[in-house]
Amino acid sequence: MKKGLKRLDLIFKNEHDSAVILEKSLKRSNEELIEDLISSGLKGRGGAGFPTGLKWKLTAEASGQEKYVICNADEGEPGTFKDREILSSVPHKVLTGMAVCGRIIGSEKGFIYLRGEYKFLIPKLQKAIDEFHELADSLNLPFRVQIFLGCGAYICGEESALFESMEGHRGEPRNKPPFPTDSGYRKGPTVINNVETLAHTYSIFKYGPEKFRDLGVKDSRGSKVFSVSGDTPIPGIYELEFGMTLQKFVDDFGDGDAKAVQVGGAAGFCVPRKKFDKTVIGYKGKLTGISLPTGGSMMIFNSSRSMYNVLHNYLDFFVEESCGQCTPCRVGTQQLLLGIEAVKRGDKSSQYLEKLLELAETMRVTAKCGLGQSVANSFSSIVENFREEMIY
Amino acid sequence: MVEQVNLKIDHLSVSVDAGATILEAARKVNVRIPTLCHHEDLCVAGNCRVCVVEQVGLDRLQPACAIPVSEGMEILTNSMKVRNARKQIIELLISEHRAECTTCYKNGKCELQSLSNEYIVGESGFLPLVPLKGYTIDEFSPSIIKDDSKCIRCQRCVRTCDQIQSIGALTVAHKGGEMKISTFFDKPIYEVVCTNCGQCVNRCPTGALTEKTYINEVWNAIDNPDKFVVVQTAPAVRIALGEALDMDPGEIVTGKMVAALRRLGFNAVLDTDWSADLTIIEEGNELLQRLKRVLKDKETDVKIPMTTSCSPGWIKFIEHTFPDFLEHLSTAKSPQQMFGALAKTFYANKIGVDPSNMVSVSVMPCTAKKFEANRPEMRASGYQDVDFVVTTRELAMMVKQAGIDFKSLPDDDYDSIMGESTGAGVIFGATGGVMEAALRTVYEVVTGREIPFDGLNILPVRGMEEVREASLKIENPLPEWDFLDGVEVKTCVAHGLSNAKKVMEKVKNGEADYHFIEIMACPGGCLGGGGQPLPTSPEIRKKRAEAIYREDAGKKIRKSHENPEIIQIYEDFLVEPLGHKSHELLHTTYTPRNRY
Ligand SMILES: Cc1cc2nc3c(=O)[nH]c(=O)nc-3n(C[C@H](O)[C@H](O)[C@H](O)COP(=O)(O)O)c2cc1C
Ligand code: SF4
Repeated sequence: MKKGLKRLDLIFKNEHDSAVILEKSLKRSNEELIEDLISSGLKGRGGAGFPTGLKWKLTAEASGQEKYVICNADEGEPGTFKDREILSSVPHKVLTGMAVCGRIIGSEKGFIYLRGEYKFLIPKLQKAIDEFHELADSLNLPFRVQIFLGCGAYICGEESALFESMEGHRGEPRNKPPFPTDSGYRKGPTVINNVETLAHTYSIFKYGPEKFRDLGVKDSRGSKVFSVSGDTPIPGIYELEFGMTLQKFVDDFGDGDAKAVQVGGAAGFCVPRKKFDKTVIGYKGKLTGISLPTGGSMMIFNSSRSMYNVLHNYLDFFVEESCGQCTPCRVGTQQLLLGIEAVKRGDKSSQYLEKLLELAETMRVTAKCGLGQSVANSFSSIVENFREEMIY
Repeated sequence: MVEQVNLKIDHLSVSVDAGATILEAARKVNVRIPTLCHHEDLCVAGNCRVCVVEQVGLDRLQPACAIPVSEGMEILTNSMKVRNARKQIIELLISEHRAECTTCYKNGKCELQSLSNEYIVGESGFLPLVPLKGYTIDEFSPSIIKDDSKCIRCQRCVRTCDQIQSIGALTVAHKGGEMKISTFFDKPIYEVVCTNCGQCVNRCPTGALTEKTYINEVWNAIDNPDKFVVVQTAPAVRIALGEALDMDPGEIVTGKMVAALRRLGFNAVLDTDWSADLTIIEEGNELLQRLKRVLKDKETDVKIPMTTSCSPGWIKFIEHTFPDFLEHLSTAKSPQQMFGALAKTFYANKIGVDPSNMVSVSVMPCTAKKFEANRPEMRASGYQDVDFVVTTRELAMMVKQAGIDFKSLPDDDYDSIMGESTGAGVIFGATGGVMEAALRTVYEVVTGREIPFDGLNILPVRGMEEVREASLKIENPLPEWDFLDGVEVKTCVAHGLSNAKKVMEKVKNGEADYHFIEIMACPGGCLGGGGQPLPTSPEIRKKRAEAIYREDAGKKIRKSHENPEIIQIYEDFLVEPLGHKSHELLHTTYTPRNRY
């Protein structure tokens, strides 16, 4: 293993000081805590990258009888398993983040929406929750956390579908607005954060916003946990500083023959070798070059891989995991899949790829939720960069 | 005053109430934005995406039906970006729809077809998905046919069944490319809680949900020289049929309809309004009997409140949902079935036709009537009492097929006997109408005086409010009814099954002190029935209701018990209300059913 990139150990370092951190934080004012989060530059690690401090602030300001704090542990993105690791090794960090959030927004009810496949985590997680409740009681904090087990649909990780699912309905995304900060679970103002996001708040409350800010680059602060998979000799979970170029990443993790990296899983972008050194891993911002957000999945493909097969797999996934509610996504995903098959077989001319690219763009601008909107990411980036592989 | 929000739609300034949607704002400046999953009667879904528009400054398009306006918003409904997206979305819908338009039952009335007419020139271009799916058509129900191959997943039916009817017979199953509208364990509609009300049919934009049609059977009967074909027409047909024949909502076409039916070749054109009057006599007397047994004789096994029983969607609903409360139902058959039982007995005898050669057809605003006619209980004459039920829509089709210029038809009168009716019979077609008709008769039977409402118009039971309560104090009754002296008779009217459910929950919890409840399965009553012309909206139903009350006001006789043909049938045949003959022909029983 080469040692180009700085490995970090903020998230997984097992610090046994939740009691101290929680007590210390509760003594501070809501405004101070929110100010720390905002100035840290922390953005959501679930994929959309919304500034976390602002999310909490908006929810704190929203009017509503009952408010909720929800930890999104649905982790359905193929090739991602970082949230599982965080929840099993440092659950108290997540719980502390949730409790502080509860105090700030005025909520006594927290939920962890746990992916169905992670059922095996429950005994350990419940034990951590029980211990945490004792701690909260000792500090006179009436905050309680409950586990809600999902049932395995990818779409239930989308926040509004997640609320629907928790309310006992079919997991279908809602129209936005209203946003969760105004109307989320049971129509109450709700903070919903990714597991990793919440764990980061713990570090920020512990070390202060400066330490977090010092990591990463403009618009993308702090560290990020990546799930590295594909053609790599060292698959696994790595905490790295934001802002690296893809070239550096591949130098460290590739097998020397990487032809493309899929950043952000099926919903993310495929970057070909020639763009590695111009692509920065981070949130969209004013950085030069292309910058790509990611929920954490980094999949490396070497030259033995057929990008047609890669795209076919992703489209299979979307055809199955679309909730089926809205036209562009339900029908569009099927048409993209059938379309590339038809072109490959020669039933449709390569011109048809243009129509499909247009369709992907229509899906991006018209689909109801992030799932349908993001199909174009992988579709267009693969078709545009590996057009020959689609045809021959 | 509600706060106003200013915005621009296609560069036109408009101000609307805060909370209004972009779609509503656009309508205000007469900019039409196409929609599909949107329906005025239903909550917003925002899932078809046909209504997407561009909001200046935003990259993604916005669904106009679902996004509330905001101050300073600039909306473009016809930019290149919007046109391209809209066209592609319609193309996608067409690709998952079996477009056999020329032979489709909804040809000319399909909303997808009209969008395609507007936006698709030449071929749609995407690959057809239908052949890959192995669809089968569910045509087991006598009322409703479900063809998934024409379904575009707008979920209007699901929302209708859930929100308006609180039944949930239709639900969404599976996800992604497999997602479809289904039933409990994907059973045929016939086997689940579906009440056959047809409200989903009224709101399906395509041919995925339609009524089962009996037009061919009726033509065959008419063409058969050995058959004597009688037709009855329900109260709500005459105020809506015109809509399906290029006339405006709210036009009364009773005379033209009778003329058209005669031209179609029916041997006798008779009126369900007549048997509606008969229903009032039987049901009204049943109510008085129940009140007597409860209030005077102190019997404990007699159920009060009594509820009406003329809406077959409501009957099937209570059989499924409140099977322990069937004894609250009046045992009186619906007007359609009273008519049917008498047509093949009393009437056949009068005119000297062998009932085995008689075909009894009814024209109904309703799809559940098709099921009702097929119930095993409905064979009191020794035959199936009503052979074929066609909806208002089907009748309009027949009129067109026969080449009749409906608008220019001269008015004609019903045949006698069983053709004479009163204003009380007519108002059966509107929510509250049965209650009003019953009160006009019952009050007079009990007190010997006319009901004390100006012009016999009992306004408190009228209107479109979901649940309406009214009470009426009885004073100085005739000696036979002295136990009712000073009694406040409490009534309740509900329409739409979600409202029926609310009322029945009260009954179930012992919180309802009503004596008499009228329930109609459909919003607005029969005038909003599942067999009425399309489209439907609160506005259209209001116009139909006004027409019903105009028809009532214009009738010489307004009370059921004054209908001379009703008086006659008791003298000639039935002898007395609730008598032996009545029990044999005019009353029925109910069947508890499963809850799924
Ligand atoms: C199809 C889809 C699936 C998603 N799945 C997840 C998930 O598994 N975990 C998650 O944290 N966020 C997921 N999200 C993002 C959430 O909607 C939401 O943005 C996130 O939980 C917010 O937390 P954050 O601000 O901490 O990122 C998903 C979004 C979409 C559109
Ligand atoms: S984009 Fe896909 S997953 Fe999202 S609401 Fe539409 S159909 Fe459902």
